[in-house]
Amino acid sequence: MLCAWTVSLMQTPNYFWNYVPLLLQILAAVGLSSFIVLASWLIGRHRPGKVKLSTYECGMVPQGDARGRFSVRFYMVAMLFILFDVEAVFMFPWAVIYRKLPGITGSRFFGFWEMLVYIGFVLVGYFYIWKKGILEWSKDQADL
Amino acid sequence: MNIPIFVLLNLLKVAVVTVIFLMAVAYTVLLERKLVGRIQNRWGPSRVGPFGLLQPLADGLKLFLKEDLMPSAVFRPLFIMAPIIALSCALISIGVIPFGENIRWHGVDMFQIADLNIGLLVILGVTSVGIYGIALSGWSSNNKYSLLGSLRSSAQMVSYELALGLSVIGVVLRTGSLRLRDIVNLQNTHGILSWNIFGGLQIVAFFIYLCAAFAETNRTPFDLPEAESELTAGYHTEYSSMKFAMFFMAEYANMITVGCVATVLFLGGWSSPFGDLFPAFGGPVAQALLPVFWFVLKVFSFLFLYVWVRGTLPRFRYDQLMGFGWKFLLPIAVLNVMATSLVLAFHG
Repeated sequence: MLCAWTVSLMQTPNYFWNYVPLLLQILAAVGLSSFIVLASWLIGRHRPGKVKLSTYECGMVPQGDARGRFSVRFYMVAMLFILFDVEAVFMFPWAVIYRKLPGITGSRFFGFWEMLVYIGFVLVGYFYIWKKGILEWSKDQADL
Repeated sequence: MNIPIFVLLNLLKVAVVTVIFLMAVAYTVLLERKLVGRIQNRWGPSRVGPFGLLQPLADGLKLFLKEDLMPSAVFRPLFIMAPIIALSCALISIGVIPFGENIRWHGVDMFQIADLNIGLLVILGVTSVGIYGIALSGWSSNNKYSLLGSLRSSAQMVSYELALGLSVIGVVLRTGSLRLRDIVNLQNTHGILSWNIFGGLQIVAFFIYLCAAFAETNRTPFDLPEAESELTAGYHTEYSSMKFAMFFMAEYANMITVGCVATVLFLGGWSSPFGDLFPAFGGPVAQALLPVFWFVLKVFSFLFLYVWVRGTLPRFRYDQLMGFGWKFLLPIAVLNVMATSLVLAFHG
């Protein structure tokens, strides 16, 4: 039923016209930003010098390259973000259809229990990373 | 539907909204400087124009005339692209926000640019892309302060993105729609009592959203990416002229967008706080503009809160910041989603 409804929505000639204003807004935003960059490059006068163009390190002579290695914790956060963001994204379609679920499944708590099981699995992982010390930034006890 | 007129009217609408938005950004900067000035017992800008009202224009002009430095160590394509990404993402998300009642003129919605059935997802998506602007600016600058600032900022923004995404799920559960007009219309029945923050029992979600939004926009008390005392200026250390100002504009534009989203999701959007308590007055024009007035008032209050918090709270430490996001906001956001769904299951 839902699928057929989605298909009929897609086939309405006006549906994609809803996105035209957003497309115009995107073009305007990108165009304006590019224009500002270009204008500021053209308007300001340029008097480059070797010292002026060197990397700014508060007046000291720049030491080495900035693109060295950095703490592995940042990578861990990025990985955890992907895992938990998938969880959040999964909850959006559930939330949209939640109030229609009793009518579809015949049970008032169907949607609630289903999501509770899912969140239960996610929480097991959450407490695992907590106990592993990934979330502790000040103490170096993490088993990285 | 007359296609050329449709496109032309929409182009006009985009132009008007963008210009108003940019002026709002400029004057939010002035508002902040004035208010922080008063909080710190000084006047703030008062020399350019009456009450310093021309200060933002003078600043903009000055920044345009400044030398646009391109340090020799940077990776040029990304160095130029980063401010473009940051600012354009900040300007795009205003495109799905409804400012007033659905009043059509030649078939074109006057108070919203694009009325999408996935409006909320567009906002979340575009805000996420905005992180690239900051991450790339730090990496391409080839400066240690910039890199540290952008690393901190990226980690902070992705961490709080989770709490932000989960906090709005309660509202979606109650509405059953991602269309922002539907979300407001559900709150438009009994004035302040039917707003999601009170009537929808989303006050915890509002608190989570507030904290996450402050962190997402890199504002005090979560402004670690720009911690002046340790990182000079953070991710935009190497930027000058308008390229530097674009990061600033993006930050203030994001503040306004966050205020608009908070207003739409939790504070009843354009609906009046009094509901039907007072009889309608004025002609059709006043009837159309009154909701816009309420909307602007709510967004303004939100911006005032931003500045107030900045003038009051000190900065977090980095481990406190990550701990607050992961160990406090994330669990209570999940609890809020489950509590809301349980209440809705009982009430149907």
